[in-house]
Amino acid sequence: MSSYPGLTAECVMFKGHNGDTVEAYYAKPSGKGPFPGVVLIHHAPGWDEWITEATRKLAHHGFATIAPHLYHRDGPGNPDDIAAKARAEGGVADGQVIGDIAAAMAYLRAQPEASGKVGLIGFCSGGRHAYLCAGSLSNVDAVVDCWGGNKFADNKKDPAKRPIPPIELTEKITAPVLGLYGNDDKNPSPEDVNRTEERLKKAGKNYEFHRYDGAGHGFFNAPKAPYRPEQATDGWNKVFAFFKKHLSR
Amino acid sequence: MCTYITEKTKLVGSAKGPKGWMRIDSANIYFDHPFHAPLDHALNIDFVGEAEGGRQRVAVELSAESARALIEKIQAALAAGEEAHAT
Repeated sequence: MSSYPGLTAECVMFKGHNGDTVEAYYAKPSGKGPFPGVVLIHHAPGWDEWITEATRKLAHHGFATIAPHLYHRDGPGNPDDIAAKARAEGGVADGQVIGDIAAAMAYLRAQPEASGKVGLIGFCSGGRHAYLCAGSLSNVDAVVDCWGGNKFADNKKDPAKRPIPPIELTEKITAPVLGLYGNDDKNPSPEDVNRTEERLKKAGKNYEFHRYDGAGHGFFNAPKAPYRPEQATDGWNKVFAFFKKHLSR
Repeated sequence: MCTYITEKTKLVGSAKGPKGWMRIDSANIYFDHPFHAPLDHALNIDFVGEAEGGRQRVAVELSAESARALIEKIQAALAAGEEAHAT
């Protein structure tokens, strides 16, 4: 018997929003499965090496995980150059993100090793996207929001690309929600997290929030400056337990 | 926090990137999480050639203190240089 589970990881292509070809990083546990699936939604800095590490981490813990490159259409090129270009253009449109994530979920469900259960996890702008998709798509089995900001209309920005504040979709969420936030974060601030919690509570949603002292935005992101090892270790354990609970058959 | 707040300016000049010298006509400037610098937030400048598709850039990430020091020295270099070349 092996001491560690194996996994395979590779770049794949799938048809995203509007039938556009989109690249993704797909990591799955070794074996026949069935494995629950997770769509990992990357942060504003883009589809970077840390995102591939997080994808493999979830596969190591038993989840077939796909991380689509939401900025793929701004390529070709190095992912960080592409991210800079997407950033300069104000990011990607919510409608396109929802389409890409829906397609990524369908990709997971179509794999022979799939259990049929699919969750979402997003970091930073990806956390906002995870919340947005949970309120827009009907077949999400669990959703994890890691420090997603800009959920409210009063958090500024671009109505053409982001017409509906994700908070306004709260009542449509059917999946259980896990939220992880640093109390030193400015966006979402502790007050923003309070407002999100109030809305979920008022709507009678199944949610759990965990807030970490001594941590700000991006506290999972080793080895970058915001990384906080104790808080990140606890946070990841919360993610694995949450997905194990809600994505089991 | 991550934002999409970006200041932009047109400019005239050249920059040396990984593929050698390139014409640049724009700069995107923002204060946010850096990609490489070991800082929580950095003043990030992307020098870009939009006329050639904008896919190549020369990127700089600086601490806020460094960026302010650079502004001061840019002004000083311009003042001294313009005076020297006027005589």
